[in-house]
Amino acid sequence: MNFRQIAEAVMAASFADETEVLAMEQNESLTRFANNYIHQNVTERNVQITVRSVIETKIGIAVSNDVRPESLRELAIRAYDVAKLQPENPEFKGLPPPQALTSVKAFDGAVAECTPEQRAASVGIICRKAADRGCSAAGSMTTSSLNVGVANSKGVFAEHRFTLADESTVIMGQNSSGWAQRTGWQLAAVEAESLADEALSKVTMGADPVDFEPGEYAVVLDPYATADLLEMLAYDGMGALAVQEGRSWMNGRIGQRIMADNVSIIDDGMSTGGIPWPFDFEGVPKKVVPVVASGVAVSPVYDSFTAGREDGKQSTGHATPPSPQGRFGPAPMNLFLRAGSTSVEAMIKSTKFGLYITRFWYTRTVHPRDAVVTGMTRDGTFVIRDGEIAHPVKSLRFTQSYVEALKYAQAIGETTRVLRSGFGGAVSVPAVKLAKFRFTSSTR
Amino acid sequence: MKEFISHALDVAKAKGARYADIRIIDHREQVVTVKNGNVDGIGDQYSQGFGIRVLVGNSWGFASSAYVAMAEIERVATLAVKIAKASATVPGEDVNLGSSVTSTGQYTTPIEVDPFSISLEQKLDLLFRADEILRRNSGVKVSEANAIAIRNHKFFSNTEGALVEQIIYEGGGAIAATAVSETEVQIRSHPNSLRYQGTSGWEYVTNADLVGNAERVAAEAVALLSADVCPSKETTLILDSSQLALQIHESCGHPTELDRVFGTEAAFAGRSFLTTEKRNKFRYGSDIVNLTADSVRATGLGTFGWDDEGVPASSTPLVRNGEFVGYLMSRETASKLALESNGCMRADGWNRIPLIRMTNVSLEPGTCELDDIIADTEDGIFMETNRSWSIDDMRLNFQFGTEIGYEIERGKRGRLLKNCTYTGITPDFWKSCDAIGNSRHWRLWGTPNCGKGEPMQTMGTGHGASPARFRNVKVGVFR
Repeated sequence: MNFRQIAEAVMAASFADETEVLAMEQNESLTRFANNYIHQNVTERNVQITVRSVIETKIGIAVSNDVRPESLRELAIRAYDVAKLQPENPEFKGLPPPQALTSVKAFDGAVAECTPEQRAASVGIICRKAADRGCSAAGSMTTSSLNVGVANSKGVFAEHRFTLADESTVIMGQNSSGWAQRTGWQLAAVEAESLADEALSKVTMGADPVDFEPGEYAVVLDPYATADLLEMLAYDGMGALAVQEGRSWMNGRIGQRIMADNVSIIDDGMSTGGIPWPFDFEGVPKKVVPVVASGVAVSPVYDSFTAGREDGKQSTGHATPPSPQGRFGPAPMNLFLRAGSTSVEAMIKSTKFGLYITRFWYTRTVHPRDAVVTGMTRDGTFVIRDGEIAHPVKSLRFTQSYVEALKYAQAIGETTRVLRSGFGGAVSVPAVKLAKFRFTSSTR
Repeated sequence: MKEFISHALDVAKAKGARYADIRIIDHREQVVTVKNGNVDGIGDQYSQGFGIRVLVGNSWGFASSAYVAMAEIERVATLAVKIAKASATVPGEDVNLGSSVTSTGQYTTPIEVDPFSISLEQKLDLLFRADEILRRNSGVKVSEANAIAIRNHKFFSNTEGALVEQIIYEGGGAIAATAVSETEVQIRSHPNSLRYQGTSGWEYVTNADLVGNAERVAAEAVALLSADVCPSKETTLILDSSQLALQIHESCGHPTELDRVFGTEAAFAGRSFLTTEKRNKFRYGSDIVNLTADSVRATGLGTFGWDDEGVPASSTPLVRNGEFVGYLMSRETASKLALESNGCMRADGWNRIPLIRMTNVSLEPGTCELDDIIADTEDGIFMETNRSWSIDDMRLNFQFGTEIGYEIERGKRGRLLKNCTYTGITPDFWKSCDAIGNSRHWRLWGTPNCGKGEPMQTMGTGHGASPARFRNVKVGVFR
């Protein structure tokens, strides 16, 4: 059953004033390795159908993965029955009307048809390279193809087919480790040789790390660490719901210069520089949203519900999938930190004393209003002294406001890396140099 | 169903599997969320499907499908074998599954009230009443109340003769109030943050008394806005049982997962400092620290009849009198230590492979009354209800934050404290434990959101604890 047939079956069975069908069909395979061999190797074929039934301003949601015609009819009735139970919600202004959509290519047949043998061959390269150097590799390679369809009774009909390939590894030596990751919608984006070489170079650089006193230091962040800055800032408040509820770092800061003027963060769902999505989970086309422009906080992203709460606002096309668990609220899925003109080498060379960091790990929000985050450095932390890498140190814990960190952005990298993030989206990020970053403890 | 299962296993064997198992799952979940007087989310989620796991030679393969039909079995079983053969091109050690697993039988979570027998109207009524009380306090910006009901009906069978059927019920609910000032956000929740959930019926929700606690929760959230910030110092720390439950989860549960120890989670969830040579030889905590993993305690999110390899529920000591003595194990990992699995393999759905997951990892009760612990504390801080958490990939360096705290001065609970955080190194922290509350204070909590594996799996785990005291802990990490 294709998406149009699914949507028509649900619409035909619905008694609601307005009805929306979201179908996400997924074929995903993942080959996982550790200790230089494949230990887990899985594939999944699934479809998730979410029906939103609207009676006046009441919404009912039902979710199922059963596409038999009788089950789809039952799903429509269940969503309707749930909607009937509720009081009116005057803040809900109805499902969005249809808008002109532009298609964007993000489907690669080579990803969709990638075989277990091809994935094994790719991860085998990493395992053999690690073994040849007396190291142990772990990681995974994912290939998935997805078809996302949204239709509603007002005439929205949107369908987007795309692929995602992702490969990552941590390679461990005697007392050091290195990390590398590649993401793209084309299979060519993941290339095992360079992935393994990048991780192995950090293993060599990181050998015999020493203790290091926590404190406030200048840092040069690889794109993997920069990605965490964007993802946590997104989680802590780039959506309008968080701002409306007063729990976002954007509260009280919109229109103010809060970051260095070399920092510009935009969300652009149509850019082929990331993993493009032309519309959101309500079928609204994605607009380009400048979240931070030259250091000035500009705007969060909106879905139709949060836009309907503010006079004159329109959805920016950033709805997340509806869920019975409650509104997560709109979220950016295609974030870009605009590249600068400085190489990582130049950032290191310009640093008198500081740290060069591969990536952050297990980061969690401590205080949302200032986006204060704690987490660990991992897979390569190095002291910079007099413009050169001096020696590796053991992983450090930081507790730092990410908003304040970007206030002290001294340089932005000249090249960006696309990395997978939540809801099937991606971030596109360069390296950055920050003048101050606060480390609060160390590990053994 | 038996015909379906037999055909799947027969196809797998015929294609070359030396071992195969199948799980067929029908999952129903109903969630109701009320926020600021409106329904924020409500509805049912259904998911059904099957997954086939095969071992060909010494390599694993797994394939799954949502289309539960005889025509799909052959494709999925054949694909699982093909994947396992691809795995064999990057081979590892020999796989030994230990003794055969031939479990048979049925298990259903003992419940008093089927959570699906409570109508949505009744659930909404309860949540609206609690939410309304939260909003009576004008300082509350966001009020929330939620309830969840889960019914997970699964069949497991393997080529060794096991065939078990289980119906696992989960029920839960919670309330939370968020207060906001010009510069900060404070949240208070009840009975716990991160949802309150157990293998139980609707009685789990009614026993939580959401309505009866709403006024207190709202008042505490608002009071926190003007409370003093947790000081930065090294001091005595007393944790309530819910925060201690998450401390146990992160610093005992995860590092005793034997797959982490063997490095198979290195790239994602991380590894463990509790390496195999430390078993029975490593001082994990003080003499009064006893930690146990079980899958039999009533209402635990890690409670079941059999794990997803068909191994029966059991109880295992992890730390005895402060010494590290045991792991959470699968069949394959246990055999590497010449042990038998203690039944810790679970998958979060039909489309995922089972992984070693915590069952109910708990701190056994001590001998103290909480009032006596406080009275015996000259200077310290009492912290309650988790707000943030982070720990390194070896499970050594941790940092937690709690929703609320109180200063303890000369044996008495004193001023209210906000933005409480503490940090430490796992064995140093547990070795500093010098008082544990008695069984009167012991409570089994649920952590419904434990993430592990690729693709990511979210699992419910149980953790029991009484309040306990720790000496010389660094608090107030970020003021």
